[in-house]
Amino acid sequence: MSARVWRPPKLIVNPWVRYGLLFMVAVYLVCSLTPELVPLVSLNIDWTRAGQGLPRAADMFSRMFPPDFSRWELLYKGVRESVQMALAASFFGMLLSIPLGLIAARNLVPLPVYLFGRALLGISRTFHEVIIAIFFVKIFGFGPLAGVLTLVVASMSFIGKMLAEDIENMPPGQLEAIKATGASFPKILLYAVQPQMLPRYLGVSIYRLDANIRHSTVVGIVGAGGVGQVLAASFSRYDYDFSLAILITIVVLVFVGEFFSNWVRARLR
Amino acid sequence: MLSITDLVKVYPSGERALGGVNLHIDQPQVVAVIGSSGAGKSTLIRCINRLVEPTSGRVLLKDTDVTTLSRRALRRARRRMGMIFQEYNLVERLTVMENVLSGRLGYVSSWQAYRRKYPPKDISRAFELLKRVGLDGYHNTRADALSGGQRQRVGIARALMQQPDLLLVDEPTASLDPKTARQIMRLLCELAHEQGTPAVVNIHDVHLAQGFADRIVGLADGVIAFDGAADELTPAVLNDIYGEEDWSKTIQKTPADQGKGKNRGTLERESAAG
Repeated sequence: MSARVWRPPKLIVNPWVRYGLLFMVAVYLVCSLTPELVPLVSLNIDWTRAGQGLPRAADMFSRMFPPDFSRWELLYKGVRESVQMALAASFFGMLLSIPLGLIAARNLVPLPVYLFGRALLGISRTFHEVIIAIFFVKIFGFGPLAGVLTLVVASMSFIGKMLAEDIENMPPGQLEAIKATGASFPKILLYAVQPQMLPRYLGVSIYRLDANIRHSTVVGIVGAGGVGQVLAASFSRYDYDFSLAILITIVVLVFVGEFFSNWVRARLR
Repeated sequence: MLSITDLVKVYPSGERALGGVNLHIDQPQVVAVIGSSGAGKSTLIRCINRLVEPTSGRVLLKDTDVTTLSRRALRRARRRMGMIFQEYNLVERLTVMENVLSGRLGYVSSWQAYRRKYPPKDISRAFELLKRVGLDGYHNTRADALSGGQRQRVGIARALMQQPDLLLVDEPTASLDPKTARQIMRLLCELAHEQGTPAVVNIHDVHLAQGFADRIVGLADGVIAFDGAADELTPAVLNDIYGEEDWSKTIQKTPADQGKGKNRGTLERESAAG
């Protein structure tokens, strides 16, 4: 009697489907990368221009070196603005996220309120910060106000969502026990919800502060203030050596922010 | 003191947890409610303070019909009913003192509650209760640093802090080791008698129920199958409550305290006859 053989089961059992899918992927790759072969799926990539990209990149990088820190005052102003934006946005986001998180927790509020809260969270989380920033720049003009508002909206929905999920995952017994003493809703929040939520809430908020420092450099590119706006301006003027100086500063800034956030969150546990 | 009439609870799933329960407690006594899991014990005590909304029937606490109260009036009624839980349900990140004082939440404003500014007499009562339950000096310990038995002692102190007219106790010993379970049960019954507070105690352990309760109520499928003194429990009664089983081991283990010794004799005779 021969030894029994064993092969792991295939992800797709039918060999026709299995190899057919691979074949179709190959066909799609060829069609999309070849201009005008099948116009419907072609990405219209101009391969001659793609070829010219490499030397152009080499040119740009060569003009970046050495980084030029001579306009450090402009750079410093941008960085300071970004950090201020991140701090302000985190603060107001933390405040606004509390009511939002509470009304989006199913175990605390009636169904209509919950649906309203979830809808608010959903809408504010649908759009990327850059899109929200474009709106606010259109409404309030260029500058840090638009950036702060953008980051407030983003922080509020991010922390709010975390808070809502945490409240929903809370052990129900403590809620029940406080309710059984005859405590009203605000007291239930104070004694059953707040003590359980506080460490996580602070942790998420500190994480969000770190994220806001990163995001504050992005929203500037659409004109919402901060070091990103300085970066965008330097690129459009072909001051690549200054651009590199800004990029290096952003790396250091984000690194410091992340280090700070990790340090605080480790202390919170 | 407590008068329950035709209490029915049908859950949205269609499950009929209580099918017309009548229970009257007119003196300060410890009433143990026994019955298999799913017999409706938890539903019964949660319908009394309306943590579970009863489908029909009446619950009278002194002269208040709890089932018809508005939300505000219900909160006032809940202040008069102390509740103790199987999983203790302490707020783990708060101190022992904060947990005990939370029994007074119904009596202070939200601002006072937030600032932990309780009236001095509440605070001295909290210290007395902590001493009485054997946790003298633990007031600033965080609840999550306590053992199971200690947590349940805090749970008892919190419920008594309400100065309740009724104690609702849901499986107080089910998460504890046998020795701690006896200690907690003893403490609970002593305090209920000391304070003159009637207590409804759901309990799995027939043996503990017999040893400590003044009166035993047996629930089976949401209706009362037995209601009588602890020494009236016979194998036939336990069969009614739980279904057929050999009960000789359970009942024989009853401690031979004075007054219960003769009961053991009758039980043995009955089981021999049966």
